[in-house]
Amino acid sequence: MQRSHVQTRLNGEDIDFLCEPRQTLLEVLRDELKLTGTKEGCSNGNCGACNVMFNGRLVNSCCVLAVEADGAEVTTIEGVACGGQLHPLQETFLEEAALQCGICTPGFIIASKALLDREPDADEGRIRHWLAGNLCRCTGYDKIVKAVLSAEERLKEAPTK
Amino acid sequence: MEAIEFVRPKSLAEAYESLGNGKTSFVLAGGTDLIVQLREGRRHADQVVDLKHIPELVGLSWQPDGALNIGAATPCAEIYENADVKQKLPALIDSASLIGGIQVQGRASLGGNVCNASPAADGIPTLIALGAVAVTGKRAGSREIPLEEFFAGPGKNVLEPGEILVVIRVPPQPPRSGAFFNRFIPRNEMDIAVANAAARIQLSEDGNTIESARVSIGAVAPTPLLVQAAAEALVGKAPNAEAFQAAGEAAAAAANPIDDMRGGIAQRKHLSKVLTIRALEGAYARAKENL
Repeated sequence: MQRSHVQTRLNGEDIDFLCEPRQTLLEVLRDELKLTGTKEGCSNGNCGACNVMFNGRLVNSCCVLAVEADGAEVTTIEGVACGGQLHPLQETFLEEAALQCGICTPGFIIASKALLDREPDADEGRIRHWLAGNLCRCTGYDKIVKAVLSAEERLKEAPTK
Repeated sequence: MEAIEFVRPKSLAEAYESLGNGKTSFVLAGGTDLIVQLREGRRHADQVVDLKHIPELVGLSWQPDGALNIGAATPCAEIYENADVKQKLPALIDSASLIGGIQVQGRASLGGNVCNASPAADGIPTLIALGAVAVTGKRAGSREIPLEEFFAGPGKNVLEPGEILVVIRVPPQPPRSGAFFNRFIPRNEMDIAVANAAARIQLSEDGNTIESARVSIGAVAPTPLLVQAAAEALVGKAPNAEAFQAAGEAAAAAANPIDDMRGGIAQRKHLSKVLTIRALEGAYARAKENL
């Protein structure tokens, strides 16, 4: 099986990899690139555990072929903290106990960050609507929403990138 | 997923050539249906042809006559982020913002929603209500198919081998008209519609009579339906609850649903009526703004 050569900008760094066309971006991130922060939950676009940013858009990486990343820009959970400094969302998720098993958490962080980057004044209803594509078995969601609202306040005081 | 070849044509001509090479092929837009189906073995492809690098297939283009050409592979998010669409075709946004969730909308296209041809597709009733036309292309040429004629059965569209949907053209809308889409799902977001409905009504100059109407219902038949009887119950009538009720009953009568895990026949017929009435109320409110 001939493998394809993919060049992509991943977490700010130009990289390349080989993959089969049938591999999803999720599979390649985890199995080839060993970036296991992005999780597999459902593999059919329902749970959001696999969320990454793809050319500036929040996507389910289980529904993107890795070969489609050629020439694209991808950000994973590993790219959220900056120089060892946690993003405010990562801080508030910890402070608010917005995770237990943590499997949904990378997806929630990526998704929440995508919202707050675009809509720094999103209200609770908007946050809940935006996060409808991210499922959590453990927390009951309230603490996640609190964490996002708290991070929103923190970002208004000290905006980061 | 079984092994596939992947090609990324940069033009329609290249795409037609790839589709004509004898390999079992599927075209790829957002992939939120196709990739899942390939992984689950529900569809089989030897070759996947990515259409997203062909200029005609991506983006929104307003025509001099007021029509909107929607590139078939344009993500839903691009549609609802567009200020002109928000102002002129808000019903499109009703649909585009309900397909899947935010993540899905970053990739999924109305073209894919149409071609996947789920009877419950959330994009199709709106496009039918707006009088949209599928503009297709293949090596031998192009054709235009009104959306309501595009479906042959559940999951089946009328495209021929080697033919692709290039653009969905939403024609210029009648003056003093408005359209609206809504659906019924168990949760608040994400689900597949138990039933859905879209309507467009055009008002007379004094706003007191319905001059024209289109009503389309989905998830209640093998394909989405354009309900002519509902339109007939509306034209010439005052835009009031009585007329909307009559149209809702016509929609319920036209519905031919099945019992499945999402809903029963009686429930779906009832929903067809209620959702049609709500679609008409929403369309009327928007039409009044355009008086």
